[in-house]
Amino acid sequence: MAAKNIDTVKKTLLREMLRIRMIEERIAEIYPRGEIRTPAHFSIGQEAVSVGVCAALGKDDWVFNSHRCHAGYLARGGSLSSMMAELFGRSTGVCGGKSGSAHLASPKINMYSAPILGALIPVGVGVGFSFAMDGKKNIAVVFFGDAAFEEGVCAESINFAVLKKVPVLFVCENNFFSSHTHIKYRQPAIPIYKRVKSYGIEALRVDGMDVMEVYKASARLVKKIRDGSGPLFMECTTYRFLEHVGPNFDFNNPYRTEKEVRMWMRRCPIARLRRRLLKDNTVTEKELESMAEKISLEIDGSLDYARKSPWPEDEDLLKDVY
Amino acid sequence: MYTEKRETKKRLLTYANAISEAHVQTMRNDPDCFIMGLGVTDYKGIFGTTISAFKRFGPKRVIETPASENALTGITIGASLTGKRPVLIHARNDFMFLALDQMINGASKWKYMYGGKSSVSFVIRGIIGKGWGQGPTHSQSIQSVFMHFPGLYIAMPSTPYDAKGFIVSSLSENVPCVIIEHRRLYDTFGDVPKKIYKSKFGKARVIKKGSDITLVATSIMAMEGVKAYIALKKMGISLEVIDPRSLRPLDKDTILRSVRKTGRLIVADTSWTTCGFSSEVAALASGETFKYLKSPIKRIGVADCPSPVSFKLEEKFYPTYKDIFIECCKMLNKTPDLGLIADPIIDSFKGPY
Ligand SMILES: Cc1ncc(C[n+]2csc(CCOP(=O)(O)OP(=O)(O)O)c2C)c(N)n1
Repeated sequence: MAAKNIDTVKKTLLREMLRIRMIEERIAEIYPRGEIRTPAHFSIGQEAVSVGVCAALGKDDWVFNSHRCHAGYLARGGSLSSMMAELFGRSTGVCGGKSGSAHLASPKINMYSAPILGALIPVGVGVGFSFAMDGKKNIAVVFFGDAAFEEGVCAESINFAVLKKVPVLFVCENNFFSSHTHIKYRQPAIPIYKRVKSYGIEALRVDGMDVMEVYKASARLVKKIRDGSGPLFMECTTYRFLEHVGPNFDFNNPYRTEKEVRMWMRRCPIARLRRRLLKDNTVTEKELESMAEKISLEIDGSLDYARKSPWPEDEDLLKDVY
Repeated sequence: MYTEKRETKKRLLTYANAISEAHVQTMRNDPDCFIMGLGVTDYKGIFGTTISAFKRFGPKRVIETPASENALTGITIGASLTGKRPVLIHARNDFMFLALDQMINGASKWKYMYGGKSSVSFVIRGIIGKGWGQGPTHSQSIQSVFMHFPGLYIAMPSTPYDAKGFIVSSLSENVPCVIIEHRRLYDTFGDVPKKIYKSKFGKARVIKKGSDITLVATSIMAMEGVKAYIALKKMGISLEVIDPRSLRPLDKDTILRSVRKTGRLIVADTSWTTCGFSSEVAALASGETFKYLKSPIKRIGVADCPSPVSFKLEEKFYPTYKDIFIECCKMLNKTPDLGLIADPIIDSFKGPY
């Protein structure tokens, strides 16, 4: 994408984020009806991270997500209909009704997710390690939350990757909370990226609410890794607007104030880019309207597909164990 | 069945509140007792079980932690060596897989490998998730993993009474104890004395007396066993329902005595049958009561695949009282009256998970 006209890039990124936002808002809207029966961790507010990073990747790179994986799946180009059918527990789901929301994966697009904290960090390193063995230029990207950074396996994986110069980009989505516990109760005050720097690799922090900043940093880091730098680390500060798991706002709960949430909502990555692009006439209101309309129709189609899809058959239960 | 009169004497608490009460009472009695875990100071307080303790004892004794299961387990071992009584909590028992090294290579053999001169005493609570598509990594029941290794005590409370009682007894043992709770029992009510009391490790409970078939059923399956008992009674079949409560040490006597009496055994567990609790009990009974057995021992567990997500598959994955009912009829060569189990099972669980 780097070669493309920068305005086109911005428009594409805006469209991608808007699409993910609208999809998740629709899921949140229908969730209470009980058609979707799987714990869902929404990415609303955090879209810029997945979108900005994935825009800098090639199709043969591999991506690993945490439990909060809708945005990563969609930004990577995962099929919306297959995701919707998966959330509805149908046989046409991307994993046939066996992954649900938190284990979304599509080997077709080299993308996996898992909700055991830190579980896929070493797996991503392993993929990168294999690329390096074969002299390939591809890289692995591992997305994980600030809490996953506390797992032993995360430190072990970074150590190995640095030691073996593995082509992997670590992306820590720091939304400051592990469920409802602020990072100040879980980690020393020195920022995550600074701690990682002590391994002697480039580690930086970017504003995860600014998709262009994420995209530019990613494009640079990805190129550097392809050129043989070994692993690099990017911490993206961001914020989840909804509750930890589930479709609701959780303003009136003691772990964070409504004021804080509202402050971050004002920094919404979509609204920000939208304002910028309208101001410098990169897009028009009309274009944006038709963009949203198209997305909305696409979502209608995916819901229709999910609802009309068959349930898994009884014999599917014991399929694919081995 | 209890009479009306006893009903009024009962002090009904939910499973969750019984746990909460156990924490408060044990911490009040022992200043060395503390709680650690991810989310223990959270306003949701591990499905409500740590809120009261946190309110009462504050962050010095109800301690929020990073997501670092293995290290935390080692830390509880260290703390216990110097006289503390730590309780470590995992919102899902599946997260204990990250702590197995410290639990198994460390705690379980600590006393033995150091010649009996030092022992570890901690309590680890892990909760089984079930339903609403929690799926392959968040709805396993991993009791047999711990049962396999000598050196740990394992309890699986099925009632509020035992949910409280095993926390109290675990904290008084000089043994590392693992309590596997079931999320789907959290809202069930039961009689819970206000005073502090212990549920005994190594002592099973006969929930229903019967003469035709013995059912040994763990955790929520014991509740399914009671439902099966009621339906079977209408067919003139008398089921004895035994809740083992403590898987290690296991109350072999109560189980074997019952099998000698009925000559028939079914074991129902919340987990897989292969190498599971049910295998162990079946092996025990065939070894010790072979000549009393009138029919082959049967085991009931979840389907032999990881937990699926789609609720259509979940329905097939989990056994219910209906499976117990049918198995019992088959064992006695009776045609099951399916009208007795015709009620659709409606899973109304929607979290919080
Ligand atoms: C090994 C493990 N321990 C605990 C949990 C429970 N858990 C699920 S999500 C979560 C918080 C994760 O926070 P973070 O990694 O920062 O990601 P976020 O949810 O903020 O996106 C926790 C503690 C888990 N899934 N896996």
